[in-house]
Amino acid sequence: MTFNAFLQNLSNGISLGFLFALIAIGYSMVYGILNLINFAHGDIFMMATFFAYYAIAFFSLPWGIAFSLAIILTAVLGVLVDRFAYRPLRNSPRISCLCSAIGMSFLLQNFAIVVFGGRPKAFFRPEVFTKVFTVSGVRIHIVSIVTPIIAILALLVLTYIIYRTKVGLAMRAISRDFDTANLMGININKTIAFTFAIGSGLAATAAILWALRYPQIYPYMGIFPGWRAFAAAIMGGIGSIRGATLGGFLVGLLTIMIVAFLPALAGYKDAFIFIGVIIVLLWKPKGLFGED
Amino acid sequence: MISKKMKNNNKLNCIVILLVIIFIIIAERNFDAYVIRILNLCAIYIILGVSLNLINGFTGQFSLGHAGFMSIGAYASALLYMSPQIKEVNYFITPLIMPFRVIETSFFVSLIFAGLVAALMGFLIGAPCLRLKGDYLAIVTFGFAEIIRVVFNNLQSVTNGPIGLKGLPIYTNLWWTWGIAVLTVLVVKNLVNSSYGRALKSIRENESAAEAMGVNLFFHKSLAFTVGAFFAGLGGALLGSLVMTIDPNTFSFLLTFQLIVIVIVGGLGSITGTIISATIIAVSMELLRAVEAPMNIFGLHLTGIPGMRMLVFAILLMTFVLLFKQGLMGKKEWSWEGFFKILFPKQRDIKEGD
Repeated sequence: MTFNAFLQNLSNGISLGFLFALIAIGYSMVYGILNLINFAHGDIFMMATFFAYYAIAFFSLPWGIAFSLAIILTAVLGVLVDRFAYRPLRNSPRISCLCSAIGMSFLLQNFAIVVFGGRPKAFFRPEVFTKVFTVSGVRIHIVSIVTPIIAILALLVLTYIIYRTKVGLAMRAISRDFDTANLMGININKTIAFTFAIGSGLAATAAILWALRYPQIYPYMGIFPGWRAFAAAIMGGIGSIRGATLGGFLVGLLTIMIVAFLPALAGYKDAFIFIGVIIVLLWKPKGLFGED
Repeated sequence: MISKKMKNNNKLNCIVILLVIIFIIIAERNFDAYVIRILNLCAIYIILGVSLNLINGFTGQFSLGHAGFMSIGAYASALLYMSPQIKEVNYFITPLIMPFRVIETSFFVSLIFAGLVAALMGFLIGAPCLRLKGDYLAIVTFGFAEIIRVVFNNLQSVTNGPIGLKGLPIYTNLWWTWGIAVLTVLVVKNLVNSSYGRALKSIRENESAAEAMGVNLFFHKSLAFTVGAFFAGLGGALLGSLVMTIDPNTFSFLLTFQLIVIVIVGGLGSITGTIISATIIAVSMELLRAVEAPMNIFGLHLTGIPGMRMLVFAILLMTFVLLFKQGLMGKKEWSWEGFFKILFPKQRDIKEGD
């Protein structure tokens, strides 16, 4: 393997890693607050691509507006999912929330099949996102450059919200101690809805970047990115934003690098991701940044 | 007094098993293939649900790996009960590895083999995961199931890769499925009511306290995983022979999800609940095919919409979860005393008067 090919794969791996990081943060934030694995997160991710697709294909909006609209709609969808699937179960055992999450995942997938159709659709790629740069033999797709920039921006905004605003303070308080936060007058439902909105918005951002990278969308497309991101969130220590980012990064790099360096084992790449997760967890049972 | 009660209960239990046997005889002779297939599915769901409940409900170890164990069971048994001719037809790209290429055993032997291999995997997976708790365990067991799926997709000389195995002989019938379902229920019920079972429940309630009281965590968790995996392997083997074709992606986590739903709907930690919910879900999934069929409503012709069935199922499931937060049965179990109390409430009053 030449150095150029290595750089090539590195750029792919980094941008894929940022995508996983964006999705993983959504899992992690919800888990941090509700102690709930939001199984529907991958399907929220999927819905975002369809929103963007229809905004462009049906309403022929310019792509900038269409993508922003898709992100907003997905955030609203996230809030609705919380409102109807999780909020009524706030005080019931965790396991019924989990069942509700599985149900929501089924619901969104099959809603997409019924309404949008099961056949894969070609995602519209604006002219800007089809360019490929060649820097001394390394071909870099523009999406691979845009992804890290947008992801880093999103992470900065997120960090600002969590550590510098009142809502962020409320979110941290709830994840530390749900009941006490409630007693201190924090509006639990509003804060949780806000968390879902942010998590889903980040997932939508990732989804659109994903669709620009792999321009084919279908109702089951959220499953695998969703699970890998979940693995990433767990690897980093679920509930921790830093952990989710690092975990997503590792999973993305691992996916690309195994295919690149061990092409004979390319078929096993998903297995390697989970082996990586298992090794990390056996070494640190609470993940890389998990709190004990 | 207590022993008399137990004797009565045993008599009643025997009557129920007899009724089941009579029902199977009638069903085999009179019902059409479609209904028999649904009955078979019910039994297989019961086997899988009850075994998953042992791990998730009674021991409180949240496992998402059941589909992996089923997959192992299905392949392990198929490798034994397929005739060499069928194997040759199936493995046309890469030949099957040697000892299995020529072996053909009876269904019974292959079932035992399936169970044992799955149990071994259950032990191997359970053992290193004992340090992990809650959702960390969930993702690791899910990861193992996923690793099994990926390996089976790539291990062409054993599993025939993603093409899968086709034309499996149908050995599964009502006797096998319901027989093993009854066996599963009896084994799990007796296990749960034994001292081992109390240790398992104590682990569920509070792991540290259980350990402090002298419960051997390693042994008991491994026990739950091994027994659960054994029956999952049997269930997978029966399913493979029922649907006649298996490939690694049959046993995806969607199947695990379905089983988790069965366990939660029935009530975590209730065998009775699992049996009821397995039956309800197996039957309702078939009944719901009606919503996908083309239909005429007031002269308006609707062609069938694919995906409608699962959509309706999801909506029903969520409504159910919102209404019954503890599942159908919670942690309660069926008992003859409870049954008679409901049937003859007055008799109970008289007894209390005595």
